[in-house]
Amino acid sequence: MDILSNLELGFSVALTLQNILYCFIGVLLGTLIGVLPGLGPVATIAMLLPITFGLPPVSALIMLAGIYYGAQYGGSTTAILINLPGESSSVVTALDGYQMARQGRAGAALATAALGSFFAGTVATLLLALFAPPLADLALKFGPPEYFALMVLGLVASVALASGSVMKALAMVVLGILLGLAGQDVYTGIPRFTFDITDIADGIEFVALAMGVFGLGELIRNLEDEHGRTVGVQKVTGLMLTKADFKAIVKPVLRGTVLGSLLGILPGGGAILSSFAAYSIEKKLSKTPQRFGRGAIEGVAAPESANNAGAQTSFIPMLTLGIPSNPVMALMIGALIIQGIVPGPNVVNEKPDLFWGIIASMWIGNLMLVLLNLPLIGIWVRLLTVPYHVLFPLIVGFCCIGVYSVNNNAFDVYAMALFGVFGYVLAKLECEPAPLLLGFIIGPMLEEYLRRAMLISRGDPMVFVTRPLSATLLALAVLALVVVLLPSVRKTRDEAFRE
Amino acid sequence: MERFVRNPKDVGAGILLIGLAAMFGILSLDLPMGSAVRMGPGYFPLVLSGILGVLGLIVFIGGLRFADEGEPIRLAALPWRGLVLVTLAVVVFGVGIRPLGLGPAMGLAVFISAMASRRFHLASALAMTGLMVLFAWAVFIKGLGLPLPMLGPLLGGY
Repeated sequence: MDILSNLELGFSVALTLQNILYCFIGVLLGTLIGVLPGLGPVATIAMLLPITFGLPPVSALIMLAGIYYGAQYGGSTTAILINLPGESSSVVTALDGYQMARQGRAGAALATAALGSFFAGTVATLLLALFAPPLADLALKFGPPEYFALMVLGLVASVALASGSVMKALAMVVLGILLGLAGQDVYTGIPRFTFDITDIADGIEFVALAMGVFGLGELIRNLEDEHGRTVGVQKVTGLMLTKADFKAIVKPVLRGTVLGSLLGILPGGGAILSSFAAYSIEKKLSKTPQRFGRGAIEGVAAPESANNAGAQTSFIPMLTLGIPSNPVMALMIGALIIQGIVPGPNVVNEKPDLFWGIIASMWIGNLMLVLLNLPLIGIWVRLLTVPYHVLFPLIVGFCCIGVYSVNNNAFDVYAMALFGVFGYVLAKLECEPAPLLLGFIIGPMLEEYLRRAMLISRGDPMVFVTRPLSATLLALAVLALVVVLLPSVRKTRDEAFRE
Repeated sequence: MERFVRNPKDVGAGILLIGLAAMFGILSLDLPMGSAVRMGPGYFPLVLSGILGVLGLIVFIGGLRFADEGEPIRLAALPWRGLVLVTLAVVVFGVGIRPLGLGPAMGLAVFISAMASRRFHLASALAMTGLMVLFAWAVFIKGLGLPLPMLGPLLGGY
């Protein structure tokens, strides 16, 4: 079997001492920021991007990936113990997890979350190994029109699945693309939107934008209600699950895993949407839906499995097509580009050690997380008591040195400050910043493929509809847009997000 | 009487988007357009600016017609202190990093942003500042070997 030898190669890469170490650092940092409210994986990965310069590409990506799925674990710990989701994807876990903790079953809730996540992570890793290579092979047959259509679909889907106003999310995507186009035009070398500032000649620094909007903007928002959060941490007892518990969670874990894996592949999907969807499905399927919200163990098992599965499978479009499905993946692409690797279908064939090494490391990382989270829970609980006013000046410091070290250029620091204010304004106006970041990353590629497609078709825009693959992709994009704009769907969507 | 502006957030967002669309549109007009076959650098941005403008207009009109169901914005409740001080801290870092070096720039940035909190204490802020400067030295200069002096030329460094 091909896949076995591939996985063997992967494990041989991931199990080197250096990569185990970076994987460990990644999941440790991930758990840490997952536990600390107000600091998410996007901001952390953006801060660490400059540091990954000096690492070999595999180690860099292994570490960054570890941060992402580690944050899912850490986030659920806080959700269960203090009803404060450390990550937006564990909002749902707080509903039943915290109730369980109040009933003295914190241990069972934590164990359910960890085991469910581990199982989901294992399955999703296998799925990634199975489906990514054929998808990459398919993608190799893509021409410029298909790529253009695929990116449009990705952007539209990210809008459709975002919370809040569809129009505003669309506008954010377009604005992101425009910002991404700043700098020298690839074909003519003519500077665009640079205001004659030489520092923008090569484009706006991605790290400055990401850290400004997600790091500083978020931080200023957290300063809004700073009243002393008295943290009442629930005691953790009894990490062992009873037989009845096991029986209760088997099916929800399976369903959550399947759902999360599917939704994770979709652009704009990933961890957040998966957990919401899994929770509402469990509630619908349950014979006793009234127990949900009052400490139902299924209400912890399903969303926790789903968000971890979704977090893993969202690597599929990133690794095979070079298209990010969420801001974290956009940052990963940034990290690859920094390393001189063009993400896309060629990565699987040309850099098998990178591709399979990352996949294998995810499984190892998940194992580490179970070991980290269950026995060491006491340490994480103590971290919860670090107050935000101690934490945020340090975050500001990290952002500053991080963005400066990318190019050793003070201009990027000013740009970050500007984007920080801009990000805060956007948040206040209820404009989601995630589509902006996706647009920024995809924008330049989108334009390039559009130009190439028009060149080969001699200026005939029909090329996008006469080629079956690109026509299908564009039709899906239109369909997705129409569906979310239908009034009835909009209503249920709003309700789903509010729940 | 109903207010003319029913959702100030959407109206604000609409105005912001239309303004940005106009800015990008005007800048695009200065660029060579090319043709559909050979698109110039201005072609795609101009199309996008148009789309952005239309979307902004839809959001703007929606804001006039439909009431806001979420929480309204109150200018007085905005964290002005945090907004100004955090931004200032970052800018001070940018200005100071070359002439003063990493140590003082980092210290100033951390200290100024610590002042943004309503729960600011001089002693703990100074302790945090010291800690972060030490940490930055250990990680970024010793550990990662960034080509940055701890003390800049203005303070007798190199």
